[in-house]
Amino acid sequence: MRLDLTHIQRWIAPGSKVLDLGCGNGEFLQRLALERQVRGLGLEIDPDKITNAVARGLNIVEQDMDAGLSNFPDQSFDTVVMAHALQAVHFPDRVLEEMLRIGRQGIVTFPNFAHWRCRLYLGSRGRMPVSRFMPYNWYDTPNIHFCTVKDFEALCEERGIRILARDMVGNTQRRPLLASAWPNLFAVTAIYLISR
Amino acid sequence: MKTSSVGIVTPQRARFDEPLALACGRVLTAYELVYETYGTLNSARSNAVLVCHALSGHHHAAGYHSAEDRKPGWWDECIGPGKPIDTNHFFVVSLNNLGGCHGSTGPTSINPETGAPWGPDFPSLRVRDWVHSQARLADRLGIDCWAAVVGGSLGGMQAMRWALLYPQRLRHCVVIASAMRLSAQNIAFNEIARQAIQADPGFADGHYLARNTVPAKGLALARMVGHITYLSDDAMADKFGRDLRSGSLELGGEEPAEFQVQSYLRYQGSQFSGSFDANTYILMTQALDFFDLAREYGDDPVAAFRAANCAFLVLSFSTDWRFSPSRSREIVDALIAADRPVTYAEIEANEGHDAFLMPIPRYLALFGAYMQRVRGAC
Repeated sequence: MRLDLTHIQRWIAPGSKVLDLGCGNGEFLQRLALERQVRGLGLEIDPDKITNAVARGLNIVEQDMDAGLSNFPDQSFDTVVMAHALQAVHFPDRVLEEMLRIGRQGIVTFPNFAHWRCRLYLGSRGRMPVSRFMPYNWYDTPNIHFCTVKDFEALCEERGIRILARDMVGNTQRRPLLASAWPNLFAVTAIYLISR
Repeated sequence: MKTSSVGIVTPQRARFDEPLALACGRVLTAYELVYETYGTLNSARSNAVLVCHALSGHHHAAGYHSAEDRKPGWWDECIGPGKPIDTNHFFVVSLNNLGGCHGSTGPTSINPETGAPWGPDFPSLRVRDWVHSQARLADRLGIDCWAAVVGGSLGGMQAMRWALLYPQRLRHCVVIASAMRLSAQNIAFNEIARQAIQADPGFADGHYLARNTVPAKGLALARMVGHITYLSDDAMADKFGRDLRSGSLELGGEEPAEFQVQSYLRYQGSQFSGSFDANTYILMTQALDFFDLAREYGDDPVAAFRAANCAFLVLSFSTDWRFSPSRSREIVDALIAADRPVTYAEIEANEGHDAFLMPIPRYLALFGAYMQRVRGAC
């Protein structure tokens, strides 16, 4: 279980309805079903991950977020989750708007590109950062829209999206003091609870 | 996992003497259904799966009728030990639908009122008539609630109708390469098939049995048209290309060239016309054409699916143009809007509509994964 997923679980009400955009192999939805008794639906495009998620007993729909989400009615889910996919979609701003049209609240997690290691890597080597968390080269990465904590909050401000809560995950599992105090510099992963 | 065959199976016959009121307004006073079963019904009677057949299908879905049988049942890839519908865990029921020509009461059966075959006078049927007759077969077998009702193409339509007509009698509905209703193009292909049959002098307005003639050419032509629409352009290119069976395209020769695809189609056509009843073909294509899942729900599929109480698996195939992925997505979108549990995948496959009968690895894996979930609740 990725660290950011354990963080966001507490924002999801027991028995609620959850849409997971880019649900992968369904690990998170399964956990929500077991521990929070949620009614979940996952969207995924990777064939093997879909089979894996279906084998966990989950409801999965093969659908590409980049082709739109207009088939989901307004306010038809309690929570729409998008974990580590914001940076991989073609139009992150449109997906955010859609999340809040479909769900009463949204939960977004993304890697913070302004983390000091990224800055150091880019600043000293002059090359796009490659790390354990972002193991791709610039030409083959699925992550086509990297952003920073500041970028994301600026977009929310511009679009009238309310940030209800945020959580910053630093380098270590210990209490993330640095990441909380200076998130744009020390957060590896940013986690937001948003609504209209 | 290692898979195997259900082995030798023997069809069974159930007779129903309680009249069945049909959608067309007529009543069938008595009828018989031929069916096969695979696997064992558990003591809770909770592991039964109903398999609904497509246009030219029948009850023989898996296994062999004898040791000499060359080919297994039509869905042997998906039914058997270790296969998606795993007979180590499920009790599978597969029947020949009413109006069929493989043993269940249909146009070739004797009309008790006249003592002669029904022929074209057999009542016109709708998908719901099949569903009601299947429900009676379920009663007969002591199955209150199916673990799943499963079907491809026209079979998927039956599965969806089950979900609306008997919401308390199935837990899962598996709809493969199907649609909520046919498009104009799709109806048009069926009309060509019917016209081909009816234009054959041997058809004799459907009274060919009484006249001792056979509309073999018409039936073969109908099958050829259908068969082309079940394959994809790519599949036909792969299978035949422009290969010649005889003759040559060289200049200066008068010997006519014959393409492989021509002889293949003729073979398919003649095989079919020797084993299928023309009136049944007309009846079944009409049931396909007339099916409209949401018609009586104000043409609103969302309202229709609100009547359902089960979870759905919907599958489509990328090169299927007769029942294209977009038709399946309409089903999925309606289910999402109706807040019904749904799983959907579009399987990448070269084989067109026929892909639902083929051992495509992703298809079998996903179908099997879903059926494992069905099993979990048995």
